[in-house]
Amino acid sequence: MQVTAMDIYRLLPQTNCEDCDVAACGEASCMAFATKLSEKEVQLELCTELSEESFNKLEALLAPAVREITIGTGDKTITIGGDEVLYRYELTYYNPTALVIDISDNLSDAEFTERVKTIEETEFERIGEILTLDAIALRNTSNDAVKFAEAAAKLKKTKLPLILCSFDPESMKAALENVGDERPLIYAVNENNIEEMTALALEYNCPICIFAPNDLEKMKQISHNLRENGIEDIVLDPGTYVDEGVGDSLDNFVMIRRLAVEERDEDFRFPLLGIPALTWLYEKDEIKGGIKEATIAAILMNKYADVLVFHGTDIWELIPVLTLRQGIYTDPRKPQAVDPGLYEFGDLDENSPVLMTTNFALTFYTVEGDVKGKVNAYLLVLDTEGRAVDVSLAGGQLNAEAVADLIKETGIENKVKTRKLIIPGLSAPVSGEIEDESGWEVLVGPRDSSAVPGFLDDLKEKS
Amino acid sequence: MDKMSQLLKLLEKTDYIEINEFRMDFEELELQLMPAMQRVAQQVVTKQAAVQKSMKMMETIEFAPPIKDYPGKVAEVQLGAGTRKPVYLGGQQTLYRFEESQPHEPVVTFDVFDIPMPGLPRPIREHFSDVMEHPGDWAKKAVKDFGANMVTIHLIGTGPKVMDKTPRQAAEDIEEVLQAVDVPLVVGGSGDPQKDPIILEAAAMAAEGERCLLASANLDLDYKRVAKAAVDYNHAVLSWAITDINMQKTLNKYLMKEGLTQNDIVMDPTTCALGYGIEFSIDVITRTRLAALKGDKDLQMPMSSGTTNAWGSREAWMKNDAWGPTDYRGPIWEIFTGLTMMLCGVDIFMMLHPLSVQLLSEIGSTFTKEYLTTDVPDISNWITELE
Repeated sequence: MQVTAMDIYRLLPQTNCEDCDVAACGEASCMAFATKLSEKEVQLELCTELSEESFNKLEALLAPAVREITIGTGDKTITIGGDEVLYRYELTYYNPTALVIDISDNLSDAEFTERVKTIEETEFERIGEILTLDAIALRNTSNDAVKFAEAAAKLKKTKLPLILCSFDPESMKAALENVGDERPLIYAVNENNIEEMTALALEYNCPICIFAPNDLEKMKQISHNLRENGIEDIVLDPGTYVDEGVGDSLDNFVMIRRLAVEERDEDFRFPLLGIPALTWLYEKDEIKGGIKEATIAAILMNKYADVLVFHGTDIWELIPVLTLRQGIYTDPRKPQAVDPGLYEFGDLDENSPVLMTTNFALTFYTVEGDVKGKVNAYLLVLDTEGRAVDVSLAGGQLNAEAVADLIKETGIENKVKTRKLIIPGLSAPVSGEIEDESGWEVLVGPRDSSAVPGFLDDLKEKS
Repeated sequence: MDKMSQLLKLLEKTDYIEINEFRMDFEELELQLMPAMQRVAQQVVTKQAAVQKSMKMMETIEFAPPIKDYPGKVAEVQLGAGTRKPVYLGGQQTLYRFEESQPHEPVVTFDVFDIPMPGLPRPIREHFSDVMEHPGDWAKKAVKDFGANMVTIHLIGTGPKVMDKTPRQAAEDIEEVLQAVDVPLVVGGSGDPQKDPIILEAAAMAAEGERCLLASANLDLDYKRVAKAAVDYNHAVLSWAITDINMQKTLNKYLMKEGLTQNDIVMDPTTCALGYGIEFSIDVITRTRLAALKGDKDLQMPMSSGTTNAWGSREAWMKNDAWGPTDYRGPIWEIFTGLTMMLCGVDIFMMLHPLSVQLLSEIGSTFTKEYLTTDVPDISNWITELE
């Protein structure tokens, strides 16, 4: 169902620059512009020759299958949705799932401050990227409008955008009076509060989430109703079930996204929100709960969740979630490889050790993280067409001849007088062949590069 | 009367009333309840009038599940025969249970080794340290204590650089495990391309008629010999390609030329662990399953995941206080890796940690349960109910 450049071209003026005084789009032809539009590389507004009718048609045509929505304002903004496909290999997924932590409005001042701090400060570095959390979900646990509004006001100081969680329109109104100008996500409208919540979303111009647990017909009805009332920024929560009900949640998430992408069902073309935090309604054990909550998050993230709300904040629970998000949202169109060749770390001389790895980006950045600032060494990076050590060994890209060529091409033999190459532990099976082919002595290094500094220390001691 | 006033109080905020098995004296109803009911009813009517317009339009909106028609079907593979309780893989005609009933629950096979494996991470060793000297005992513990559907016996010790065990010793290890448990087996080699076909052949002979899964055939070794062993002694073959759908297709074709059918092959498109290229596996496995349902006969076999690969990730085992205890990180890493593969279509999972196996199996069984047969709890007040 992806829009092709030809679909777009038909609606463009097709002047091919002849009738444009100056081609405002900056392209050589309408077809070139169409191609860039289809790849989301340029904005439609650049074309100055469009009639209003064509512009509207094109805008609808170019709108992503899932509406892109922003929560928050200014520096405190997160964008969700925007997806075009059901499977990442078909294109890429856009806007990584927003990871949100809940906070209760009945916490003491100290607890409240502490929790906000934890949420803001949680981070985990992986292959050169700092992974962090995205928003705070304030929960109207007290069911008291005043408390809810006060807690919302306290969150004005935070660095993160907000989700306001209450089914009570009075509470929601009170909170919006304090933070409505920050464009929080209103959570949630259901069949009982539809009138009041619709009015609030319109009054404060905030995105709003529909909560219709396990009832997609009701979901569709409410969504339709909101749209009829002029609300465009909608988020869908079809209910998160844990334990036996997790299959039902999966059904609902998949059905909604399939209807959005493949059938362009206007009532479902919105981001999806899941609440792994619900795990804690049934699980009181801290460890089991953390593992389960993360697990539910993994399922929903794999199948289309655009926002996930957590209750647990333990780092061991969040690391796998952050890591999964990083993987799923990597753009498959970009090669996952770094330039092969010689890399230098630290102070080097003719006796410095020489390490080898492959040019798979994940592998390279992992090794780089382990050696940079920790050891002085040369690192030879082999072109394995972006494959990891074990994979390229099995696939044949990592072979003795290629390593020998790499040694010659990089000129490492002019930089060191030693002829010792340290290869990754996983490539041990070809160590003998590399020796034969290159004439270098081969040392089999550790299987995991985190052990490289220790390995080099041992080596130094021995010599 | 206390109950009555409570009831009335409840009614004040009510938008509609549903009465189940309600009994009351008529007089009581008239005297006490009627005026209150009238009041509530009036409120409701006023509220409803306001929503009426939109609701009327809403009622005409109906929802139908988006069910697709797939021309192809995943082949069904039986593992286990003879003295084994059989396990079935594959047979799906759709991606999801809401489209069509799913024929089988996902299967987990526990990794067991022919040597004590000192390199296994501590969270796993602590469950099996008492049985690691004997693959039979190890297998028994996996089945009895941890509910394994199947057991994978890895003949690591046959590796020329490990213990260089002979084919005969390998056959003895297989016999030991066959005696110890009655679940079907996966038989793995050491990963040595020269020796594996010889070892798998010896194992196949020792387990004749038990319908094991021989792991594996790939393009780097004498796959013909592995295929022949499977045909001769009634086993299935694991067809392993390295995250490459064309390589997978080619290998499957070759294997079928050797006399194996779709029902004798399980594919391993390679599981890259969470954080170590899992997205490549997601893409390849998704494409493979979609190709099967579209009717590509060379890719219609069920799929296997070497979920154990997750334990190679440093986040799963490396001590690092900033990351929290490894006791939890390892199992989560394995569950994430397995579940992600499950959601792309994998049928059988090779795993190590009891907790990971338990959670993955529990969740997997909900994905294959009949659509709309689960009583889901009422979560409509989660905001206030959550502590």
